[in-house]
Amino acid sequence: MIRVENLVKKFADFTAVNDVSFEVPKGEIFAFLGPNGAGKTTTIKMLTTLLSPTSGTLELNGLDPMRQPNEVRQQFGIVFQDPSLDGDLTAAENLELHGVLYHVPRKVRRERAEMLLKLFELWDRKDTVVKKFSGGMKRRLEIARGFLHTPKILFLDEPTLGLDPQSRNQLWTHVKRLNEAEQVTVFLTTHYMEEADRVAHRIAVIDHGKIVAIGTSQELRQRTNSESLEDAFLALTGTTIRDETANSGADQLRQFAQMWRR
Amino acid sequence: MHAIFILWLREVKKYTRSRAQIVASLGQPLLYLLVLGFGLGPVFQQAGNGSYLQFVAPGVIGMTVLFTSVFSGIALLFDRQFGFLKETLVAPVPRIRIMIGRTLGGATVAMLQGTLIFLVCVIAGFRPVNLISIPLAFVFMALIAIVFAAFGTAIGSGLQDMQGFQLIMNFLVLPIFFLSGALYPLTNLPMVLAAITRADPLSYGVDGLRGVLTGRLMVFGTGTDLLALSLIAVALLVFGAWRFSKIEI
Repeated sequence: MIRVENLVKKFADFTAVNDVSFEVPKGEIFAFLGPNGAGKTTTIKMLTTLLSPTSGTLELNGLDPMRQPNEVRQQFGIVFQDPSLDGDLTAAENLELHGVLYHVPRKVRRERAEMLLKLFELWDRKDTVVKKFSGGMKRRLEIARGFLHTPKILFLDEPTLGLDPQSRNQLWTHVKRLNEAEQVTVFLTTHYMEEADRVAHRIAVIDHGKIVAIGTSQELRQRTNSESLEDAFLALTGTTIRDETANSGADQLRQFAQMWRR
Repeated sequence: MHAIFILWLREVKKYTRSRAQIVASLGQPLLYLLVLGFGLGPVFQQAGNGSYLQFVAPGVIGMTVLFTSVFSGIALLFDRQFGFLKETLVAPVPRIRIMIGRTLGGATVAMLQGTLIFLVCVIAGFRPVNLISIPLAFVFMALIAIVFAAFGTAIGSGLQDMQGFQLIMNFLVLPIFFLSGALYPLTNLPMVLAAITRADPLSYGVDGLRGVLTGRLMVFGTGTDLLALSLIAVALLVFGAWRFSKIEI
C-alpha cells in the first residue's frame, strides 16, 4: 500500500531523511518510531504531498505523490502532529468543512460528525469556536476530524500528544476497529512505546534520517536482547536527548494577528 | 464546486464574526475621508477642482477594498503558521479550487468592507451623481477586490514570517495606494510619476469608481478601466493559482 525506496530529503543545511526504504502492505498498522528530529514528520509530509523529496521514489496505492497529487490525496486521511484547526470556526463547522473537502455526502457527514463528537465528548461544545477550547479538546477534535471520512490509508503523526488516557483509549480502539473492519492501512508515529506495542503489527525505528531497525515488536526486542520495546528503542537510538528547532515565530505572529483582523 | 463554496463561506464567516475588528478597520478610511476631506477641502476648491470630499470618497472606497483584499490573501501566512493551511492542502481537492474559494471569499469580504465605507462616505456628505451609476461602481469594486485578493494570494503563498509581511505592506501595498490617484488627480503629473501611476492597477479602479460615482472627467475612461482591470485580474488569478500550487510546508 505504501512503498518508499531510497527516499532522501535535504534542506539547505542538513539531511532530514537519508536513504530510507520500507514497504507497508495493505491492512497493516505500521509504527514509525524515532527520537525528536529523526525525520518522521518529514517522511509523512512527503508521503502526503506536502513536500517534494530530493530523490527516491514514493508510492501510495500505486500512485506517485509528486506526479498524481490529487489522486494520492484521495487515498489517505491524516491527523497532524501540530494543530491544523481553524480557531475562528466552531467545532461543528470545522468538521463540516473537512467533510465537504473530502466529498463525504451531507447526510453521512452530519451523522458521523455527531457520532464522533459524542465519542470524543465534544458534542455539547459543538457550537463553540475552537479558539476557546483547551489544548486537550482541540486535540480530540483533530482526531475526531481525522475519522470523519474513511480513507484507505490513515496517517497518525503523534496523535496522542496531550491526550488524556480516556481519549487515548478511544483513539486506539477506533483505529483498531477501522483497521480490522475496513482494512484501513495505518501509518503512525508516537513517542509512547506501549502504544506502538499495543496496536502496531510492525515497527520501524528511524534515527538521524536513517532506518536503524524494522520488524515486529518481538523481533526488535529479541534483536536487542531487551525486556520491553522501550528498552529496545533506547538500545537502538542511544540515550542522548535531541533538540528540535522550535517554531518561535508562531507566538509573535499570533499576537500580531490579533492586532489585525484575525 | 462545494469545496469552493465552503472555503468562500469560511472567509465570510470569519469576517462577520470579527465585529470589533470591523469597527476598528473603519478608522483609517475615516481618517482619510474626514481629516483630508475637510482639511484639504479649501485648497482643493481654490485650485478650481470642486469639492475634495466628493473627489476623495471614491479613492477611500478603493483604498478600503485594496487593503482588505490584499490582507485576506496575505492571511495565508496566518493559516500557514496556525496550521489550518495543511488541512486544506492535503484534502482531495485540486489546489486551484482551494485558491479560487479563498480568493473569492477574500474578494467578497473586501466588497462588504467597501460597501460599509461607501455608506460612511454618504453619511459624511458624499453624493453619487445618480443612482444608476451605483451598480457599475460595484462592478469596479468587485474587479479591484479580485485583482488584489489574487495579488495577496500570490504574495502570501511565498511568505514565511512577519518581516516579509511588513516589507510587502510598506514597499508594495502603500505605494499602490499612494500612486493610484486616490488622493490627488492623475493629471499634469511629472512624466516619470505619470508612467508609474499607469502601471498601478488601482489607478484604473479608482479612475473607474470616481468617473462612475462623481461624473468627473476620467483619466482613462470607463471602457479602458474595465478592460485593464479585467486583464490584470485574469493575469493575477493565473499567477496566484500557480504560486499557490507550489506551496510546500
